This record gives sequence, structure tokens and C-alpha cells, in this order.
Amino acid sequence: MRILANPMLRYWLLIAPALLAMAVFYFYPISHVLWMSVTLPEPGVSNFESLAASRSVQRMLWTTLRIAVLSTMISLILAYFVAYVISTVDERRRRLLFMGVVISLWISVLVRAFAWFALLRNDGLINQALIGMGLIDRPLPLMWNEFAVLVGMVHYMLPLAILPLYSGMQSIDPRLVAAARGLGASRMTAFWKIWFPLTLPGVFAASILVFIYSLGFYVTPALLGGGKKMMVAEYIKVQILEVVNWGLGSALATLLLIFVLVTLAIVSRVVDLRKVFGAG
Amino acid sequence: MHANPNDQTLSVQGINKRYGTFQALNDVGIDVKRGEFLTLLGPSGSGKTTLLMSVAGFIQPDSGRIMLGAQDITFAAPEKRNFGMVFQGYALFPHLKVRENVAFPLKMRGIRGAAATKSVAEALELVGLADKGERYPRELSGGQQQRVALARAIVFQPHLLLLDEPLSALDTQLRGQLQTELKRLHRAVGLTFIYVTHDQGEALSMSDRIAVMKDGRIVQLGAPSALYNRPANRFVAEFLGVENFLPERLTGRQGLLAVRASALSLAGKAGRISARVSDLDYHGAEIRYTAQTECGLSLRFNLSLRDAAHVPQENENVTLDWQEKDALPFPAA
Ligand SMILES: Nc1ncnc2c1ncn2[C@@H]1O[C@H](COP(=O)(O)OP(=O)(O)OP(=O)(O)O)[C@@H](O)[C@H]1O
Ligand SMILES: [Mg+2]
Repeated sequence: MRILANPMLRYWLLIAPALLAMAVFYFYPISHVLWMSVTLPEPGVSNFESLAASRSVQRMLWTTLRIAVLSTMISLILAYFVAYVISTVDERRRRLLFMGVVISLWISVLVRAFAWFALLRNDGLINQALIGMGLIDRPLPLMWNEFAVLVGMVHYMLPLAILPLYSGMQSIDPRLVAAARGLGASRMTAFWKIWFPLTLPGVFAASILVFIYSLGFYVTPALLGGGKKMMVAEYIKVQILEVVNWGLGSALATLLLIFVLVTLAIVSRVVDLRKVFGAG
Repeated sequence: MHANPNDQTLSVQGINKRYGTFQALNDVGIDVKRGEFLTLLGPSGSGKTTLLMSVAGFIQPDSGRIMLGAQDITFAAPEKRNFGMVFQGYALFPHLKVRENVAFPLKMRGIRGAAATKSVAEALELVGLADKGERYPRELSGGQQQRVALARAIVFQPHLLLLDEPLSALDTQLRGQLQTELKRLHRAVGLTFIYVTHDQGEALSMSDRIAVMKDGRIVQLGAPSALYNRPANRFVAEFLGVENFLPERLTGRQGLLAVRASALSLAGKAGRISARVSDLDYHGAEIRYTAQTECGLSLRFNLSLRDAAHVPQENENVTLDWQEKDALPFPAA
């Protein structure tokens, strides 16, 4: 049981720096936000009532959830391939690929969002190329929609997903897959029965990380969504800076915070379930 | 799908394997008889694992053939060979219970239900772990894990059992115990074993035949007694623990003379070698000596306390002699 707790410990270690930074740097502002959400414009839960009543808020929350779930799923699938390749190629290529991942992690999210501008605009590279090849005659609407937001978010989340996945895969004894094949498993069966279950802790860690990042993501949706597909972070900013409705904005922020905490609580339950399967 | 288990002799025919310019296997050929316990013995890097992995199908030789009966399996996928394999360091699946680990090869062969349960129980019984089926591998001791690996390798009644230094990670006592169990298992199930080790004692005590490997070649193949009594060259003799190689100068005959420490004994004045004792160790009723000759050659000899009239001490001069029947001549090399 004690050793079984180890994967859990690993998830928590992975998100611990983020949690710690939040505790130290955001504790005061957050408590302030919490306070405002129940005191402005007058004490009470009126802000939450109007949130619950508003169709546009519900639509926006639904969009946020959908985009967060989709970008988590897409990032994870793509990241799984990359992590798999990194952990199976030879040492020299591994170092190159790993550098690639880390460097992309270091490039500013702004730069990356603007890079997608250059690609996805009506007169951007992709549309120009497609028109040039005669495949289409009117530019495809690639920008300022959910598609663009998803592309940008997945792009941003990939390294965040790759790192925990790779770290999990790295700790798998490569002889296990060979052993499975020696015992009669085909390549595919060995992958699904042995390799994949052993990478599940990494999959969980990466999913939590990416999902939580995605929920509150601001820059990429704001830039690539063009204000049409608003996610919760941007909506909060609009409430506070443009509508100057501090109460509603902070109520939404509180909602987001609660949702993240509840998600974490639920996920840690699911992770506990893994004890039943004994993976570690 | 698989060859008839009754007529398969494994025949490795002239296989070569290079890594870049390095020749890991050099024209290796060997026939393994049915039910035989064959050991691959050799120092680190001699190509034992490479040979075993070629037989298992994880490494494809550059040239040569591997036959199972009349079937060419050189390039057959590992899962098609129906060989049991025990990897160095167990390679148990950590997310599966012992029972599920042992059932894995059965499942891969489409054997489920009561038949599978029965085979698993029998295999676990055979290795003495009948009561550990519901545990996870990490909840077992090293020796128990090793036995699970064995059970998993034999449960599907493979043609052949390949074992790569299965006992090297264990302490001496456990190792001895498992050596005995392996031999018992070999007799009980009548399987063909190919066993890799670099421990000569293990090889000598367990095998029907031993293939001694060096630099990717098989340098000698034979029964333990043949290897022990008639090593083909100095390398084999040294690897099998012959301590002394006497040069022409001391023996007055061509080439080298190999003499075990147990065959070199104290002589009165008539001894053919004189030397000075440089070290002595008590091993129960026996003393193990190291002595230096005048020309700087280091010799080992043993003395039984029971029939010793005099026990030489450090720095004492002694004369040593041997009997011709205990000495093996080699060409100098
Ligand atoms: N994938 C590889 N690439 C390059 N060289 C290799 C590779 N695998 C093995 N070798 C080399 O081939 C030689 C034989 O290796 P092998 O693993 O067969 O040795 P071994 O006899 O099993 O040694 P040990 O007792 O240490 O396990 C070694 O010198 C090793 O460095
Ligand atoms: Mg080896």
C-alpha cells in the first residue's frame, strides 16, 4: 500500500510547483477576489444568482469546458506519440527531440499565438498555399473561431503533456515489452497489455495538468478566438476591465477556482482507484 | 502453427552478428538436443546474451540460420517461436498479479477459463508459490520473483526454455537453493534448457553440456567433466578455474603445463619448483597458498591440514611438485 501511493506522490509532485506558486503569489489576491464576489456591489450571493440566470454566461462556460476537454484530449493523444518516440529512439535523437520539446516550452505564448496568425489568416500561409494549388478559391475561415483556439491551445499544451508522459515512460523497463513478445504477445498486444497500462500514471498527470491549464487559459483564446469564442478567463477580463463589474467578474473567478479544486478532488479519487488495478 | 514439439532439435548454424565494426557473434554453430541442459558460459561481453536473443528472436543475425527441426526460424517473430524466456532481472509485469503474470502466455495463446486456471496453479505449485497468486510482483522477495518468472516461462509448455543469468542478482544461499530447484525442474518437466551464466561453478554443476564463449565464438563445447579435465586451451582452463600455468623453463618441456592448485603439492627436497610463500589463507581444513618463484611467477597451491607434517608460513621457502597425470599440456600462447 505504501509503495502503491508512489504514483500519487508523483502526480502531486508534478503539480506541486504550480500549487506552491499559486499559494504564495496569489493567496492574497484570490482571497480578495473571493471577498469581492460576495460583497460587491452589496453583500450577499446576488452575483452568483445572476451568473446562474444568465444564458450567455452558461454558453460561455460550456464553451470553456468543451474547449478545455477537447484540447486536453487532442494534446494528450499527440503528446503520447511524441513521448513514445522520444522514449524509444536512440540516445542522440532522444536528446535532440527532448531539446525541441523544452525549447518550445520556453517560447513565449504570445509569440506562438502570433505565429499562428501568420499561418491561419485569410491571407496567411495555409490559405495562400491552398489557393495557389487551386484546391480552394475562397480562403477557409481558419482564424477567430474555435478551431483556431484549439490549434493554438494544443500547440501550447503539447510540451506540458509530453514531459510527464515521457517521465513516466522512461521509468518503464523496456525488457517488459520484449518479455511480453517472448511469451507470445504480438507487437500490438504487448503495447496495449503491458506498455499502455504502465504509462497510465503519466497519462493522468498530464491530463490534470493540461486540463487545468486549459480551463483558465487567457492569451491564446483571446488572440486566436478574436472575441467571438470567449472562454472564462477572457470573459472575466471583460467584466472587470470593460464592463467594470467587479462583483460579477470575481464571482466567475471564484467559480473557476472552485471548479478546478473540485476537478482535482475528483481526479485524485480516480487516481486512488488505480490501487484497485495495482498499476504503479 | 508451431512445429511438433517431439521432433524439434534446435540447430544454430554459422550465425554472425555485427554491431558496426564490432563482431558480437562470429560463426557460431551449435545443436541443442531435446531435453538437454545446455549452458552458455563466458566472460562479460563474450556474446552470450546476443546468442540467446538471436535464438529468442529479438536479434536478427546478419548471416547464418537457426533451425527448429526442419523449420527455419531465423527471422520468425519472437511470439511465434513458442520459447519460454527468463530475462536477466525477472521482467515481471508490475501491474499484473502473480497469477496474471503466469497466465499471460496462456492468454496470448487463447487459453482461458478452467484450463488456464489449472495450468497456472500447476506452474505455481511447481515453483513452490501456490499461495502467492494474488500478490503483486513487488510484494515478493527477489527469489520468489525469480520463481514467478520461471513459472511464467514454463506454464505454456514451451519447446525450449531460455534463461539469461537468471540467478545473478541473488545472494549465494538463495542462488544455491534455486540452482537445485532449476535442476529439479529440468528433470521434472523434461524441457530443453539454454542457460546463460558467467559463473563456472554454476555451469559445471548444472549442465549436460557447456559451450564456452569468447569474443563472439564458441571456443569449446562439451560435457562439464570433459571441459574440466581436458580444457581445449588456456582460456577455457583459466575460465574453469585452473590456477597455475607453468612455463617451459620450470617443466623442461615444450609449451605450457596447466596444474590446478589442488594438484600442486609440497614436496621434500625433490620438488621441481622452489618458491617463497607470499600469502596464505585458511579455508576450513585447507590452507590456500600463494608463492612466488625466483623468476617472479605467482603460483597457487593447497595444503590439507590433516595430512600436513609441516605448515609453511609466510616468507618460508618451499619446494613444489606435481604428478604428470594431473597436468595438462598446452601449446604456449
Ligand atoms: N545493441 C548493441 N550495439 C552495439 N554493441 C552491442 C549491442 N549489444 C551488444 N553489443 C556488444 O556485443 C558484445 C556482446 O554482448 P552480449 O550482451 O552478448 O554479452 P554477454 O556475453 O551477454 O555479456 P554479459 O555477461 O556482460 O551479459 C558486447 O561487447 C557488447 O558491447
Ligand atoms: Mg548478457
